[in-house]
Parts: sequence; structure tokens; C-alpha cells
Amino acid sequence: MTVTSGSKATSSRRAAIAGREGVAGWLFTLPIIVILGLFLVVPVGMALWVSFSDWSGRGSPFSGDVSFIGFNNYQDLLGGGGLAERDFGISLRNNAWYVLLVVPLQTAVSLFLAVMVNRAILRGRGFFRTAFYFPSVTSSVAITVLWLFLFGATRAVNKLLSYLGVNGPNWFADPSGIVHNFLALFGVTSGPAVLTDNMALGVSYWDWLSGPSVAMTAFILMAIFTTSGTFMLLFIAALQNLSGETQEAAMMDGANGWQRFWRVTLPQLRPVLFTVLTLGLIGTWQVFDQIYTGTQGGPGKTTVTPAYLSYTSAFSNQEWGKGSAIAFMLFVIIVVLTLVQRWVLRERGVSRRRMRAYLPAASATNSSALAVAAVAEKKDEVR
Amino acid sequence: MSAAVAPSIPAVAQKAPRRRRSGPGRKELIARSVVFAILIVIAVVYIFPFLINVATSFKTDAEAAASPLSLVPQTFTTAAYERLFLSSDFPVWFKNSVVVTLFVTAGRVFFDSLAGYALARLRFRGRNLVFLGLIAVMSVPGVVLLIPKFLVINQLGMYDSYSGMIIPLLADAAGVFIMKSFFESIPPSVEEQAKIDGAGVFRTFWSIVLPMARPALITIIILSFQGSWNELTHFIVSTQSPALTTLTKGVASLASGQLSQGSQYPLKLAAAAVMTIPVAIVFFIFQKRILNASDGAVKE
Repeated sequence: MTVTSGSKATSSRRAAIAGREGVAGWLFTLPIIVILGLFLVVPVGMALWVSFSDWSGRGSPFSGDVSFIGFNNYQDLLGGGGLAERDFGISLRNNAWYVLLVVPLQTAVSLFLAVMVNRAILRGRGFFRTAFYFPSVTSSVAITVLWLFLFGATRAVNKLLSYLGVNGPNWFADPSGIVHNFLALFGVTSGPAVLTDNMALGVSYWDWLSGPSVAMTAFILMAIFTTSGTFMLLFIAALQNLSGETQEAAMMDGANGWQRFWRVTLPQLRPVLFTVLTLGLIGTWQVFDQIYTGTQGGPGKTTVTPAYLSYTSAFSNQEWGKGSAIAFMLFVIIVVLTLVQRWVLRERGVSRRRMRAYLPAASATNSSALAVAAVAEKKDEVR
Repeated sequence: MSAAVAPSIPAVAQKAPRRRRSGPGRKELIARSVVFAILIVIAVVYIFPFLINVATSFKTDAEAAASPLSLVPQTFTTAAYERLFLSSDFPVWFKNSVVVTLFVTAGRVFFDSLAGYALARLRFRGRNLVFLGLIAVMSVPGVVLLIPKFLVINQLGMYDSYSGMIIPLLADAAGVFIMKSFFESIPPSVEEQAKIDGAGVFRTFWSIVLPMARPALITIIILSFQGSWNELTHFIVSTQSPALTTLTKGVASLASGQLSQGSQYPLKLAAAAVMTIPVAIVFFIFQKRILNASDGAVKE
């Protein structure tokens, strides 16, 4: 009797504690849920509605005189044949070149810095890490102001280049594409008819292939300058988690430094490489601060990015539907490219058989994305 | 003799797998110097722009344009700073940035740790759902939210007010995850005693667990400080009036030439420098923690 009542008492007490925990759990997470819901989830729904509407920015987007116009905004941007389509095409062209150059370069530079700084015998490691990471903590606005000074009218960078015998361009005023400029060195100044006569999104194939403008190239250099430090830290963390044994085994087998890097270290860094490339891809498709602070899309619209175009469409031109539609298409681009990149790395990186040999050492990380990647790898291995 | 030699053999065998400590060969020495030289050159490339930034802010307009690369101003002048602080809106921008940063940082530390604790320790129905929701929300690219945020802030009547600037920034999913993983690393036995003594959940959290979470809290403080001090897009879409302009927004307008006629580079670069100083201070105070935040157990 006493025993059962005793256990009843404890179980009811346990239930009381659990109940208290349940209430507390919801109370503790409530602020986050409300704020994120109100300023992240609800807004996305509202903007989705606006992208299907003809709201002009006056009054509420839910009032009676705002009407549903289906995919009209999307149609104008993707095949309207007007300025909206052309501007969207140009912004995609600009940003695609930016991504194409920044992502591989920032990854390579940050990996290079990490490998160099991570050397056990290196003196002043702390100093180098500080120096390389510092640009990452300063604001993009401050760096853009500095960049406008260095690359702009005073030609500070060009003075440096002139010491090397290079005649630098007027960076932020030069709308010419660097691929076109390169071709012009060989006397090619206009493309074949196949390229100039055919259009995609109101932009001829030839113009799609122009390369980033000189002005955009200055932003590309800036992106590498400001992000390589962050990614360097990720690579350093991963490098320090690698076991020395594999390295030493390779050394015993007579592998030289290059071979050890390409065939032993790099395959082991695959999860962090994946993270860096993904974060790079997501970040580079969202260029906004630099453009807003620096060139406002000029010269010749060659630094307009979809993010900036979305902003100006809505806030300057009061075309809220178009602005929202651009934002959603940007969202889709980012998601799709991330998935594509994931698939490419999975299939063509290191063959699974070879990966298996390296796997045991390649897991410990602290970024959640990394952990997910590592878990995915482990699953493959088990299979 | 043999007895004296014998013990040394296992010692050698034990040392063998470790890095050989014998002096570096000539080839290695050259390799080391080359690496060192390369790193020095790169470090100069990374630091030099900031030195130019500070040096130029003390130059005259003419000198800034004529010799942009020199690190020592020929005529040292604080005119740019005087102009910024005495005859422009700069102090207002600075004040707004400070206010927003303080509130956002305090709020994030509190809300992130509350939610992190709940997700790590409290069992409640729907916990997994909350967790999944946070992950989903985290993956929405910020730029997509530019227009949406304005719409909601406007609808709620918070446009062009401190509340519209601060409240949306108060929650940050990444911070919740940092706190969550830290709380998970604290042994549960710590709280059990308090629970048995009848302390409520909040009390256990507030006076027992939270004080133990100092390292994680400092990380959140640094991240929130940097994040909100450097934030630009949110303030562009949530405010309009000059009285609510933050440093980022103000300096961005300076860059496009709103305050100054002509180039006026010393003025712009002085503004950029002042804007960088608080972040730089936090960075240098906590640099060990910031730079080692992602490190393993390897010591310097």
C-alpha cells in the first residue's frame, strides 16, 4: 500500500515537473518564435502575395483596390520584352560573373592562407590570423568607402600598378567587360552574329559573355579581401582536427608536399570545402551593401545585382510586385544552385571508394552544416 | 652497462611517432623563410588599406588626392573629424548606432539563451517542431526579406521608429544554436540538485546554468555587437527620417556625396574609421576568443 502510494506520489510529482517544464519550454521559446514568425515567416507570405499583385505602395497591400494579377510580374521580368526584362537579365549577368569569380577565388585564397598559417613551425601565427581576419569584422559600408578611395578618382591602386608598369583603368567608371577587353587585345571587338543576334532575357549572348565590368571587378577583389579571413578560420579549424597519422603515413610512403596536400589533406577537407562553397554561393548572390554604398548600379548598369534591382524596383520606382518577384526568383536561384553544387560535389568529388579510406578522420567540426555533411557521408559509408 | 641502456630503448620507441625535434635541414629552412616572406607580403596587402584609411583621414583634401598612398600626412589636420563631429549629423548617427546595438545585443543574449536552454534541456511537446522551424528560418537568404520586412513593419505601425529598428533584430536563430550546443555540454547533474531543492525552471536557468555559460554568452555578445553595428539593409527598409539614421546608413549616404561637395575623401575616410573603431576594439580585446572560437584542442 505504502509502496504504491509512494510511487504514485513520485510519478505525479514527476508529471508536475514535466508539466512545469512543458510550460516553461514554450514560454522560453516564445519570444524567439514570435519575433522570427512576425519578421521572417509572415513577411515572406506577405511578399509572396505582393509579387502576385499590382500594389503600388500606397495604403495596405491587402486593401480592396489591390488586385491579384497572377504571374504578370514574373512574366514581365522573364519575357516581357521591355526594360524590366532587360534590367533583370543584366542584373543576372552581372551577379553570375561575380559569383563565378568570387566563389572559387575566395575559397582558394582562404584555403591557401589557412594551410600557410596552420604550419606548426610558423612564427607569429597569431599576428597573421589577426591580419587576415580583421577585414571580415569591419562593416561592408566602411570597406566600400575605402575601396572607392583606393580604386576611385585618386587612383591609389593605379599608382601601385604603375610601379609594375601596368596602366590601370578608371575602375569605378569603366563599364567595359573584362572578357570583352581581353578579346579586344586580339582585335576581336564584336561577336559573331550567332552571339549578337540571339537574346536571352533581353540581353544578347555576346553581352552575357562580356565578363564582369571593370567596376564589378573592383567589387570582386573587395569580396575576396573581406571574406577570405572568415573562411580561413573554418579551414584552420578543420585542419587542426585532422589526425597527423594519415599525413605521417603518406610521408612514410614517400609522398611529397604537393602530393600530400592534393591526395591526403584536400580529400579530408571535403566537408568544410562544401560548407565554404555553399556559404560563398549564398552570400555572393545577395550582393547589396556594396552596390548601395558604392556605385548604385553604375556605370552603365554593370553593377546592378538582382538584390539591388529588387530594392530599387520597390522603394524607388514603387513597383512593389516586380521587386518582390525578383526577390523570390533570387531565392529560387540560391536554393537551386546550392542543391546543384551539392550534387556536383557528391558525384564528382572524390570517388566514394577512395573517400572511404580517408573518412575516419574527417568528421569533427562545429558548424551545424558541417556536422550534417559529415553525417551524410557516414551514412553513405555504412551503405 | 646493458642495464643502463635497456630503459632508453622504450623511451626512443615512444618518441618515434611524434614529430622529430632534430634541427631543421637547410632545405627546410629555405622553405620556411619563403613561406614567411609570402605571408608577410599578403599581410601587408591586408593591413595597408586600413593604414591608408587612418592616414588619409588626417590629410587635407588636396593632399589626399595628390598622394593617396603616403602613410604620413604632410600637413597633419583634424579638420575632417572636427567637421564630422561639430557640424554634421554624424553624432546623431553614432548615437543611433549605439542605442540600437546596445538593445539588440542585450535582447539577443537574453532571448537566445532562453530559447537555447529550452531546446537543450526542457522536454516539452513540440520541441522538435520548434527546432525544425528555426533551421528552416535560418536558411532563408536575408536579401529576400528586404521588401517583406518593410511590409510587416509598416503594417504594424513600427516604420520609422526605434522599435521597428530594434525588435526585428532581437531574435537570431544562429545564436540560439550556439547557446543550445553549449547548454548541452553542461552536465545535467548541476541542475538536478536545484530542481530537487524546489527551484523553479526559470530560477534554475537564471542563477545556476546561465552564469556557467559565460564563454558562450561572450560569443553571442561579440556576434550580436558586430552584426547590429554593421547592419545596413534592415535600417534602410525600416527607417526614413534623418533623426533615426544609423552610422552605416549615414556613411553610405556620405559615400554617395550627400554631405560633401566634391570628393572630400578625408571626411569620408574619417567617418569610415570612426565607424570601424568600436568593432576593432571589441575584436582586439576578444581576438583570442574570436580567432579560436572554431579551434580544436591544439594549443599555440
